[in-house]
Amino acid sequence: VRLKGQGKRCKRSEGLEIRFILIQNRAGKTRLAKWYMQFDDDEKQKLIEEVHAVVTVRDAKHTNFVEFRNFKIIYRRYAGLYFCICVDVNDNNLAYLEAIHNFVVLNEYFHNVCELDLVFNFYKVYTVVDEMFLAGEIRETSQTKVLKQLLMLQSLE
Amino acid sequence: MPAVSKGDGMRGLAVFISDIRNCKSKEAEIKRINKELANIRSKFKGDKALDGYSKKKYVCKLLFIFLLGHDIDFGHMEAVNLLSSNKYTEKQIGYLFISVLVNSNSELIRLINNAIKNDLASRNPTFMCLALHCIANVGSREMGEAFAADIPRILVAGDSMDSVKQSAALCLLRLYKASPDLVPMGEWTARVVHLLNDQHMGVVTAAVSLITCLCKKNPDDFKTCISLAVSRLSRIVSSASTDLQDYTYYFVPAPWLSVKLLRLLQCYPPPEDAAVKGRLVECLETVLNKAQEPPKSKKVQHSNAKNAILFETISLIIHYDSEPNLLVRACNQLGQFLQHRETNLRYLALESMCTLASSEFSHEAVKTHIDTVINALKTERDVSVRQRAADLLYAMCDRSNAKQIVSEMLRYLETADYAIREEIVLKVAILAEKYAVDYSWYVDTILNLIRIAGDYVSEEVWYRVLQIVTNRDDVQGYAAKTVFEALQAPACHENMVKVGGYILGEFGNLIAGDPRSSPPVQFSLLHSKFHLCSVATRALLLSTYIKFINLFPETKATIQGVLRAGSQLRNADVELQQRAVEYLTLSSVASTDVLATVLEEMPPFPERESSILAKLKRKKGPGAASALDDGRRDPSSNDINGGVEPTPSTVSTPSPSADLLGLRAAPPPAAPPASAGAGNLLVDVFDGPAAQPSLGPTPEEAFLSELEPPAPESPMALLADPAPAADPGPEDIGPPIPEADELLNKFVCKNNGVLFENQLLQIGVKSEFRQNLGRMYLFYGNKTSVQFQNFSPTVVHPGDLQTHILSGLGQPPTKRVAAQVDGGAQVQQVLNIECLRDFLTPPLLSLPVTINKFFQPTEMAAQDFFQRWKQLSLPQQEAQKIFKANHPMDAEVTKAKLLGFGSALLDNVDPNPENFVGAGIIQTKALQVGCLLRLEPNAQAQMYRLTLRTSKEPVSRHLCELLAQQF
Repeated sequence: VRLKGQGKRCKRSEGLEIRFILIQNRAGKTRLAKWYMQFDDDEKQKLIEEVHAVVTVRDAKHTNFVEFRNFKIIYRRYAGLYFCICVDVNDNNLAYLEAIHNFVVLNEYFHNVCELDLVFNFYKVYTVVDEMFLAGEIRETSQTKVLKQLLMLQSLE
Repeated sequence: MPAVSKGDGMRGLAVFISDIRNCKSKEAEIKRINKELANIRSKFKGDKALDGYSKKKYVCKLLFIFLLGHDIDFGHMEAVNLLSSNKYTEKQIGYLFISVLVNSNSELIRLINNAIKNDLASRNPTFMCLALHCIANVGSREMGEAFAADIPRILVAGDSMDSVKQSAALCLLRLYKASPDLVPMGEWTARVVHLLNDQHMGVVTAAVSLITCLCKKNPDDFKTCISLAVSRLSRIVSSASTDLQDYTYYFVPAPWLSVKLLRLLQCYPPPEDAAVKGRLVECLETVLNKAQEPPKSKKVQHSNAKNAILFETISLIIHYDSEPNLLVRACNQLGQFLQHRETNLRYLALESMCTLASSEFSHEAVKTHIDTVINALKTERDVSVRQRAADLLYAMCDRSNAKQIVSEMLRYLETADYAIREEIVLKVAILAEKYAVDYSWYVDTILNLIRIAGDYVSEEVWYRVLQIVTNRDDVQGYAAKTVFEALQAPACHENMVKVGGYILGEFGNLIAGDPRSSPPVQFSLLHSKFHLCSVATRALLLSTYIKFINLFPETKATIQGVLRAGSQLRNADVELQQRAVEYLTLSSVASTDVLATVLEEMPPFPERESSILAKLKRKKGPGAASALDDGRRDPSSNDINGGVEPTPSTVSTPSPSADLLGLRAAPPPAAPPASAGAGNLLVDVFDGPAAQPSLGPTPEEAFLSELEPPAPESPMALLADPAPAADPGPEDIGPPIPEADELLNKFVCKNNGVLFENQLLQIGVKSEFRQNLGRMYLFYGNKTSVQFQNFSPTVVHPGDLQTHILSGLGQPPTKRVAAQVDGGAQVQQVLNIECLRDFLTPPLLSLPVTINKFFQPTEMAAQDFFQRWKQLSLPQQEAQKIFKANHPMDAEVTKAKLLGFGSALLDNVDPNPENFVGAGIIQTKALQVGCLLRLEPNAQAQMYRLTLRTSKEPVSRHLCELLAQQF
C-alpha cells in the first residue's frame, strides 16, 4: 500500500493532516468512509478491515490512540459505532479526539445520532463532514456555525 | 429543531435502502440491486426526459449501490447534468457522485470543470462552496490546471463570504500540495497572511492550515506570519472562557485554532523580535499556569481540549529547546500526568517526556521520574503505554542510572509482549554497552539477555559481545568463567552455546587452572550440548574443539576421537563433514608450532560503531518489521559484522556451495586408455559389473513387478574403501559417504554439485536432461598431491534398474577415463542416460538421476489444468503429503525449487496466489507420464500440503516423496 510514513520524531510531514475518516459499526460495516489520500479500491477495503481489527480489540482501559502502519488512529466509540481518524504519528492526539466529538454535533442535527440515520441519510453525512473537515484539515470548529449552515442548506430545495 | 426524517425528500431511496437492509442473504441483496440497476438503466435510456428530482433520486441510488461495494459503470452523465441544476439538493447529489466516483474520462472532466466554473462565478456562496469542496475532494491535476489561478482571487476578494473563504483556503491548500507548480505565488500571499487577523475565527482556522503549508516551502516569504500568529494566540490564550462564544468548546477558548497556531510557530526558530518573543513566552507560561488551575468542568471534553493545547505548547517549548525554565516546568507538568487516572494522559506524557529527555536542560528533570516510569512499565495494561515507558527509560538512561534501568528492562523482558521483545533486547544491549563502566557487568547483562529472551537475541547482539570480549583483555577471564557457569544450566539457549563455545575456545585457558573447569570438564560440558544444536552451532563448536587441541594438548585424543566418529566424518552436512575432516587432519599432521600459529587467538576487531544501534534505528523506522523479516541488512552493518564472523578458526573452510571442482572450467581432455592393472586400484569407486549396453524396453505387462524396488544394496558395498597406497596420514580414513537419501534430495531440484567427497577424492556432477535422454558429466578430482594410478570408475545398475534406465559411458570402447590422475588434477567422465520406463530407485544410491530429471515442463491455461486435474481424480492417481517446512518459507526459493524440479510453474491457475501449481510430462522411451502438482504453503502453521496427480500411481507417490523433501 502506498502509505508513505515519516519517522517518529521528524517534523511534520508534507502530506495531508488527516489521511482518512472512518465510521464503522462493531461488526465492521462501514457507515462512512472519507479519504483524503489516493487509494485504489482494494487498498481502501484492506485499510477498512485493518482498522476494524485494530480498534475493536481495545477496551475502555486502553488509550484512544493506536499505532497503525506508519500512522496512528485516533478513535472514539459511541454506542456501537467507532469513529476513527487516521493522522500522522506526531500529530496532536487530543485535538483529533475532540474533533471527533465535535463532529458528533450530528447529535443535534440528526436528533439522536444512530446508525440508522447514517444509513438513510448517507448523502447528508458527507455534507456535514465537508463543513467540518476539508482537504484533510479542520475547516470549522464552531458547532453553532456548522449547525446554522446545515439548517440553512436543509431549507434549500 | 427540525429533525431529519428517514431519507426525507426521496421516498424511493428510503424504500430501496429498506429493501436492501431487509435482504436476508448476500444473494438476495445482489438480486435486489440488479433489479434496481436495470430499472435505473431503463429510466436513463427511456425516451421520456427525466425531471431533476428523478435524476437526483436515481443518481443517489447508484451512489448508494457503489458505496455498498458494487461497481457502477453508468450514470456519470446524469450526475454531471445535475451539476447544472439550479436546485441545491440536485447539485449536491451531483457533486457528491462526482467526488466519490471520480472518473478520469476526459470528456466528462471538461463538462465537470465547466459546471464548476459556472458555480464559482455564480456569486451564490452555497454553490461556490459546493464547487470548491468538489475541487478539494478530487484534487486532480486537471482541476488544478483549470482553477489554481482563480482560487487565490476568491480567497482574498473583499466581497467573498466567510464560508467561501474557508473553503477556498483549504481548496488551495489541496491544490498546492498536489501540484505546487500550478499555484502562482504573488500579491495574494501577503494578504493570505493577514487572514490571521480575520474577524471570523473559522476563516482563521482554515487559513492557518494553508499558511503552515506555504511556510514550509517558502519560510522566508512568510516570516511575517510569526508576529501575527503570536498576537492571535495571545488574544485567545488570555481571553476569558466565554469571550469567544461560538468558538469556546467546553469552557476552552478555540482549542483547535490554538493548536494550529502553535504548530505553525513550530515551522520557525524562536522569534528574533524581543517584543514578539516576550509575548509568546508569556502565552506559553499562561498555558502552563492554566494547567494548574482547577478544571472548569468535570467533563473529559474540557480537560482533553485544554490538554491538547498544553501538549502542543510543550512541543513548541521542546522545539525551541532554549528556555530552561519552560522546559523544566513542562517536565514537571508531564510528571504529574504520569500518574493521572486517564490512560490517554499517561500515554501522552510518556511520549512527550521522551523528547524532553534529549534536551540538556530537562534531562535531569526527566530523570527524577524514573520510579514512576518503571512502575508504568510493570503495571500498565495497554501494551502501547508500556512501550512508551520502555522508550522513555531508554531515552533517560545515562551512566548514573544505567544499572537500574537495564535491570528493570531485563525484568520486564521476562513477561514482555512478544511484539516488542526484540526491540527491548536491542535497547538493553545498546545501553549495556554504552554505559558499561566495568565490562563484567556488560557480559553479565548480555548473558542474562540470552538466558531470558534467547530467541530474540539477534546475531548482531551476540556477535557484539564476542567482539567486545575479544578486544578487552580485562574481561576475558571473567567472560570465560561466566559462560562456563551459564553453560551448567541443564537447558540453555543455543545462543548461549554459541557465545560459550566461542569464548571458551579463545579464552578457556584462563579458567583451566581451576580443577572445576579443567580442560576435560570444559570440553565435556560443551560437547554435552553438541547433539541438540543446529548445524551452524555444531560447526562453531567443531572450531572450538580444534582450538582446544591447541590450548589443551591433553584433550587432543578425546577430541580426535570425536572428530573421527562416523557422525562427524560422514555427516550429511557438507560443512560439518569438511570441518571434521580438515580439523582431524590438521591436528594429526601439523606440528605444535604450526598448530599454535594457525589456531592463534583472534586478533582484536577494529573498533566500529555498534551494529546493534543501526539495527534499532532500522527497527524504529518505517516498515522496519518487514525489513527485518527479510533479513535484509544494509551494507554498512554487513561490513561491521564482517569482522565478527564467529569462526574462531583461522583454518580456511570452503563454503559448501563453492564450486570446488571448477565445474565451469573446461576439464582436461581424457587421456588415452592406460593398460589397466587389475588389482592395484587406489580408488575403485564403483566396484561392480560394468554397464550393459542397449537394453530394450521390457514388455508392458511386466511393469508392475518391475516397480518393486531392487534389493537394497548397502552403499558401503558399492563404494570400495580407498586403499591406503598413497597414505595421507597415519589415520585410517573411513568412507565419508553422506546419507544416500540426503544426497539424492540435494540433487532433486538441481543438476550440478558435489556428489562425493573425502580426503582423497571429490566427485562433482553436472548433468543435463532433455526429454527422455540425459547426459551426465562426472568430474573426479584428486585432492592429494600424489598420483592416482589405475583409476577406473564404473557404473553399476542395481537389480532390474537396467530395464528402466539405459546408461552408457560416453567414451567407447574402453568406457574408461584416464587411468592416472595427477595430484590436484581432475578427470571427466561422460555418461549417456536414457530413460526407458518410469523408475523409482536411482542408479546406484549415489548417482543423482531421479525420475523427475526427465520432466518436460508444460505450460497450460487454468481451464486446461483443471480439466486435466479432474481427469486424474482416481484415488490411486493422487499422492498427497502434508509436512512441516524444513526451510524458511520463501516464495522465490520455492519457485526456483519447483522449476529446478522440472515442471512448469503455472501462474493465475490457483485462486489462492500463495499456492504453486505446476505441470509437466515425464518423458521415457516407452511412455509419457503427465504430471500435475500443487503446493499449498501455510505460513502460519509452517506447513505445506503437496498434491501430485499423474497417470501412474507409483510415479505420483514417488514424485511426491522426492519433492516433499525439498521444502
